[in-house]
Order: sequence, then structure tokens, then C-alpha cells
Amino acid sequence: MLNEKMSEIKINDFVVRFANVNGTGSASANGLFTKAIFRMGIPVTPKNIFPSNIQGLPTWYEVRISEKGYLGRREGVDLMVCVNPQSMLKDVQSVKKGGYFLYDSSKPLHAQFIRDDINYLGIPLMELSNNAYSDARQRQLFKNIIYVGALAALFEIEFNVLEDQLGEQFKGKEKLIEPNIKALKMGVDYVRENFEYPLPIRLERRDLIGDQILIGGNTACALGAIYGGATVAAWYPITPSTSVVDYFTKYAEQLRIDKETGKKNFAILQAEDELAAIGMVLGANWNGARSFTATSGPRRSLMNEFLGLAQFSEITTVLIDVQRTGPSTGMPTRTQQSDILLAAYASHGDTKHVLLFPASPRECFQMTAMSFDLAEKLQTPVILMTDLDLGMNDHVSKPLTWNDDRKYDRGKVLNAEALENLERFGRYLDVDGDGIPYRTIPATHETKGAFVTRGSSRDEYAAYTEDSAVYQRNMDRLARKFATAKKLVPAPKFFQESNTSENGVIFFGTSTYAAKEAVELLRAENIVLDAMRPKAFPFGQEFEDFVASHEKVFVIEQNRDAQFKSLMMIELGTNPEKLVSVLNYDGMPITADFIFNRIKSNLS
Amino acid sequence: MSYVRSKFRHPALPKNDLGYTVDYYEGTLSTLCAGCGHDSISAAIAEACFQLNIEPHKVAKLSGIGCSSKTPAYFLNNSHGFNSVHGRMPSVATGANLANRDLIYLGVSGDGDTASIGMGQFVHVVRRNLNMVYIVMNNGCYGLTKGQDSATADHGSKNKSGHINLFESIDLASLAIELGATFVAQSFSGDKDQLIPLIKAGMSHPGFAFINVISPCVTFNNNVGSTKSYDYVREHMESTATFDFVPLAREIKTKYEEGSVENLTLHDGSVIQLHKIAKDWNPLDRISAMNAVGNARANSEILTGLLYLHPNSQDLHDLIETTDKPLNSLTEAELCPGSEKLKEINDGFR
Repeated sequence: MLNEKMSEIKINDFVVRFANVNGTGSASANGLFTKAIFRMGIPVTPKNIFPSNIQGLPTWYEVRISEKGYLGRREGVDLMVCVNPQSMLKDVQSVKKGGYFLYDSSKPLHAQFIRDDINYLGIPLMELSNNAYSDARQRQLFKNIIYVGALAALFEIEFNVLEDQLGEQFKGKEKLIEPNIKALKMGVDYVRENFEYPLPIRLERRDLIGDQILIGGNTACALGAIYGGATVAAWYPITPSTSVVDYFTKYAEQLRIDKETGKKNFAILQAEDELAAIGMVLGANWNGARSFTATSGPRRSLMNEFLGLAQFSEITTVLIDVQRTGPSTGMPTRTQQSDILLAAYASHGDTKHVLLFPASPRECFQMTAMSFDLAEKLQTPVILMTDLDLGMNDHVSKPLTWNDDRKYDRGKVLNAEALENLERFGRYLDVDGDGIPYRTIPATHETKGAFVTRGSSRDEYAAYTEDSAVYQRNMDRLARKFATAKKLVPAPKFFQESNTSENGVIFFGTSTYAAKEAVELLRAENIVLDAMRPKAFPFGQEFEDFVASHEKVFVIEQNRDAQFKSLMMIELGTNPEKLVSVLNYDGMPITADFIFNRIKSNLS
Repeated sequence: MSYVRSKFRHPALPKNDLGYTVDYYEGTLSTLCAGCGHDSISAAIAEACFQLNIEPHKVAKLSGIGCSSKTPAYFLNNSHGFNSVHGRMPSVATGANLANRDLIYLGVSGDGDTASIGMGQFVHVVRRNLNMVYIVMNNGCYGLTKGQDSATADHGSKNKSGHINLFESIDLASLAIELGATFVAQSFSGDKDQLIPLIKAGMSHPGFAFINVISPCVTFNNNVGSTKSYDYVREHMESTATFDFVPLAREIKTKYEEGSVENLTLHDGSVIQLHKIAKDWNPLDRISAMNAVGNARANSEILTGLLYLHPNSQDLHDLIETTDKPLNSLTEAELCPGSEKLKEINDGFR
């Protein structure tokens, strides 16, 4: 029942949303769809919008296809694939006027689901699957593959691309290929026999992907930890950070097995809780092994005490914070950038931490690897501020690269020879004036270099002290060290050669995708903004200069309380009147439309 | 409390095989109260390391927070120490041990640090059979905050201010055996002859060696009515055995009456030579050991000595199959798969 066609043909520019029931194998079918578009050379962005549940609740998978290469979310659904009766009413309503609603027509559609301004594509998915397969699980799984076949016909996905993918996916289990292809063809055939195809919204092969890859941020972080030389991972499972260690385990088991003995050049321990996980990380780093943990949400809060110890007693620590929607348990499977202040000032007392803000899987890889060097150079925790959107969704990303000449920078570590030549070792002496002292790793030298690491106040030679002047001297040195960090962390990225506007915009992390698009949309309306993407905290001179040289600065972030803006006000003393927040905090990745509207209405 | 230490040492002070005298194994001057049991334990640790010919820099000493956790500064000056956060020494020790399996890990904790805030971490470090010696300096009270009851204070015992403990106490030795600790011992800070060989045996044990040491708090819990006072412990101590620890490749010299001696051989060939006193107790049988501790408790006795030993202990590294080389010694060559491999990995995402 095609009521009304979309008048305009749109090539490679639409949004498809799949409404599934979680635990029914839809992820694999939906991934097949996305990967096919990617392999046709077309920029594509999938988002999982999933429940905090294992089986039986509504889950959505949203795919944006953008010839222009816009990789953020876009509002409005052009075609909805609805195979979940639970969410059908909401799903029908979310289709754009003139859009399409593909549903399982094995049973008739109730009147409440009928809109007269959208097009219906009824395919008897269940019936087709039940007739073709006898096994109950297969019937469920292939129902999903049938709709992928239907979409292939409707959008003109190249069939051999899908076939190749299935061949790779089931390598070694070849007998599964044929029934999958059969299911795809059933979908294709049904469309060809019953509908006008292709739809006005459709795909055409392009060469816009080049050597890019389609990868999730958590996978890239895990690889960054492998390449960065991490040997000890301690963790406790929590969504959305769990897969960081899952992938670290997977790659370590492939890449870190000692060839002669078959034993492991790594240790991964699932701790009893995050208090222990971060404690293990401190212990391992203290003892000279590169170690990290990954966590999220409430468990991030648990780690604060140890982070304070690490900062004050100057122990290298790498923590990957895959942010999710807070506060408290919040929405565990939704995204947010709302741990910024928690991370920057984690723990009691005057404590500050170095933060990194990756904005792509490639940066997840680079920054995770870099964080081990940075943490060792600074002898302090480095917290990688990624989020659920970046971590758990696949993103088109430049490939991961590694320079084989690169050596791990262990920072100021004294070896036995250096200790031998030293008259007296002072663990907390500021020898170089940069606030960073020299450290020793246990068992380096028989008689020199040993000291007690402690969270209590101590003098330059690591002896316990309650002397106010000595305490204050140490605190001042730590502040000096934090100032040194400004020069060691990655500089912001600027999107213009030189500033051309009195208005600037700041965005970071996963807001980058939508923000870049919004800046272009605004420029098309003659609203020009200078843009800066900070990659780290503490903020360096370039950051300060950018803020100082604009009359108004928009700060885009994904939390309610403008945490990043607060950080700027606290650390730089920026006048809050010149800062305008653009805040998205509904748990969904921020969209370009949202940013565009907020900035446009502010400036007009 | 002393505030200066005499530097005088008897010129004929005996040297160990490494050529060190026992003072080489000492630490900085203790700041604990005069007569504190903990200082005796520190001295026993130093003496045990001296006797075992341990190179101090090959020991890592770790602790949490509390009076007991201050002690790592008071022994083994040439060892790295880590005075961490309250109740979390086990996790720090676990990470440290994972980083370098070649060192000797000595954890010192107290009854507050282990049986209250640290209970979760204690339980799990036992389960994992981390290769370390874990000593609890157990005085039944919180010394640093002026004498509140701890979770090991016996039900009905009275503290210095006359307060009677209303709650059940946690028996750490029984718990450790229950949880699968592979070496469990109990001792008294005032019994050096027993404590030193126990520490030596624990250090030679390839796995988690737990030693619960009753260590009276002279300031807050050494009164009549306390079950952790010097007088009470001396009166109620009951040893499982008298014994010697014989390191590998040492001749066994101690002589016992024939038939009463049992030799327990450790993994590395060292021998614990037991002269059994306790009846119906088999140190290699977990149930028997638990019964022995439980029966003693029922009789208001404190069973001391070696309580349980698992002869075929496999430590955490054995279980998770880490490489024999310390992880902290691996270099780029062993850790970084290189750019060619990364290209292959990229291809998998296309």
C-alpha cells in the first residue's frame, strides 16, 4: 500500500531505523546492512539505542547515510524497519512525513498504526521465514536477514557485497552461507514482486571511504593499550566499558603469547569491584608494569579515593572512562559527557587530573597508547574521557597507524647505574624545575632508591612529615607539575587557519561529528564561527588565546550542567557572560540540527 | 616511645650468608606506643628476613591504613614500601605482584584494615592465592582513632573504657582456611620463637600465606576483660605444635622425640618440621584444621602455630598462566605487535 511517494530522489542521504526486540539476533543482520553500505564507499553511521536488558525489550539501531560525510546523528527517520510490536506506535510516529514504514505484515496492521502521510511496506517476514525454515531459532534469525534482503532491493544495495560479507562471516562454517543467502533473496524477491523499487531514497556506489575503517572506540582503546605496552589490566564489568577489556583480552590472546612457552605476556584480572580494580592498576604501575582499567558511571565514582592517592603519591595510572548517562545508575545504556568535573577533580583535597578527549576511534587508539607515555612522564593518573556513543558504536575512522621507531617513554625512571652515581636519592625532589621528580621501581638497586610510597604528607626524601612548610612546598610542586602537563598534553585542533569571526565554538569528544556539520550548516546561512576542539585538560595557552580572542564562545557539550564550561570558568577565570552553552543531555548522541538551531537562535 | 636510636652495634653481631647483620633489616624508628605488640612483629619480620638471607631490595612491603599499616616504615629500610589506602592493600599487592612475580610480597594489615573496610579485598586475595605473606597485627581495636572496637574484638570482651562488645567477632584464621588460603597460621606478638619460623615458612610458601598475629594494644586494649591483652593471650594460648622452619638445602638439626615429628615439605624443598601438640589435627587437611581452630575457640583458647598448609599450592600466576619473566621487564619487542600487524587488523575492519 504505497500511498504517497517521496517526491524527491535522494541518493546516499537518509536515515534508516530498525526497531527490534533485543536478544533476537538483529544486531548481526543490522551490522550486515551497515557494512554493505560502507563497502559501497558511502559514509555511514550506525547507532545502537539499546535497553539495559538482555532479552525481550525494544532496541533500536539507527543508520545515517550521508554522501557529504556527516557522521553525527540526524533527527527524523526516513525509513523505519519495525519488527517489534511493543514499540510500534512510537515507531510509526517517528517516521518523517513522506517516509516509509516497513513492517511484518504476517498479521494485519491495526488501525492505530495507520498514518496517511507515510508509506507502508508490508512484508510477511514471519510467514516467509516460518515457511522456509523449520528450526525455531533459525526462523527468528532469518526473519532479520529477510528484511536486509528487502532493503537491498529497496535501496539498491549491491547483492554481491552482501554475499561477500556472509562468506567472510561464516568462514569455516560454510554450510550457514547458503540459508543466509536464501533469506536475503526471499527479501529481494518479495520487494520485486510487490513494490515499486528502488525507493526514491536509495544508494549509489561512491569512492568516499578510501582506506578508512569501520570500528568502535572500545575496540580501538583496547588496541591502543596493546600497542602502548599495557601488561596488566584489572577491571570489573560495567556497561558501556566492558568491551574495552573484552577486546583487550581478545587481542592479547592473539598478539601477546610468548612463542616459546605459550605463556601470556599479560595479566588480566576481573577484580571483585572497582575499588580493587584501580588498586591493582596502582600496584602494577608502582611496580613498573604498564597497567590500566576501564570503567563507567557509578563505578567511576568508586575509584576516586585511589585516584587521589595516585595523584598525590605520584603513581602512573591509566583510566578509560566510557561515560554513560548519570547521575547514579542513570540510563546505563545511553551516552553522555557528564563525568568531566568528577574526573578533573576526582578525590578529596586539592586534586587535579589530566584528561584526554578522543573524538574518533583513531584517537581512541592513539590517545590510549599515548596515555601510558603521558602518565609515566607526569607520574600521575591520565583519564581518557570517551563515551558510550564512541565506545560501543561503530564509526568510520581513519585507519590505525603505528610508527615502529616509536619507543615507550617511561619518563624519569632511575636505573641501577643512575642510582649508583647518585649521592642521595630524593623521590620528591624537583631536580629539573618542572615539578616532575625522579622515581625508582622496586628492586632496581640493592641499597639505593628504596622508599615508602604513601598518601600522607612527606618530605623530598619520602619521609613522613607534618611540617606545614614542607607540606606546602610539595603541594606547590604538584601545581608546578600540573602546569608542565599543559605542555605535554595534545594541543587543541583548530578548524581555521586564523580566526575570522568574533564568535567561536568549542566542542569535544563525540559532539565533534554533529558540531562540524552544524558549523557548515550555519556557514551556509552566513553565520561564520571559528571552531576549536580541545583534546585535553589542563588547558594550554592556545586554548586560552582562542577564548580570549572571541567575544562570544559557544560551548557544546552533552550534559545538563555545562561541566566543561564550568571547568573553563574555574581554570581560566573566563567571564561566564561570554560563554554560551549548547547542552544536550537526553542520553542520545547530539545532533547537528539541535546545535544549528541553538546557535542560530542565539545569534539572530 | 624512643625518639633516637643508638647507632652502636656489637662488633661481633652475627652475619648471615649475605654478610649482613640483622640491623641491615631494620627500618626507621617506630612511632608506635612503647610496648606495642606491632613493634615485636616488625622485629620478627626483620629477624626472619635476616635468617632467610633475603636481599631486602627483593622484598616489597605493602600496607593499608592504621597503626599496623604504619609499620612497613619500621622494618626493611632497603625495601620499597607502599602504605596505600584503608583496606585496599590486597589489591595494590595483587597489581604489584602481577607486575613482577620475582619479588617477595609482604603485606601488613590490621584488624580494622582487614576485617572491616578491607574484608572484601581480603576475601578475594585469599581466593586468588596471591603469592604473598599477609600478616594481620590483630589487637581487636582501632588504635589510631582511640580504641573503638574492631570486628575481631571478641563478643563480650571489655575495652579500656569499660564498653562491652555486643557483636560477634570475626575469626580471620578460620575465615582464611574456609576461603581456601593455602597457608594459615596464628601467633602472638610476644612469642618470637614461634612467630619468626612462621614468617620464614610463609615467605617460602608459593601462594597466599596468612598469619594472624594477636598483638596487644597497650594503650587501648590491654585491660582486664579484654581478650586481646598480653595477660589474657598468654594464659589462653594453645599451640598446635612447636616447630622449626628449615630452608632449602639446610641440614635439619633440631632433635625431637622420635615419632612425634612431622616434616612438611614446601614446594621449593624447604621443610617445616612440626612437633605436634594438638590432638586430632592434620595440618594438611582443611576440615581438620578448621575443627581444631573452632574447638579451641569454643574452649576460649587461642590456637597458635601453623594451622593449615596446602602442599601443592598454585599461585595466581600459575593459574592465569603468565609468562615466567616479570611483566615489568618486557620491552617493546615483546609487547608491541608493530605496524604490519596493525595493517592486518585494519583490514579486518573494512
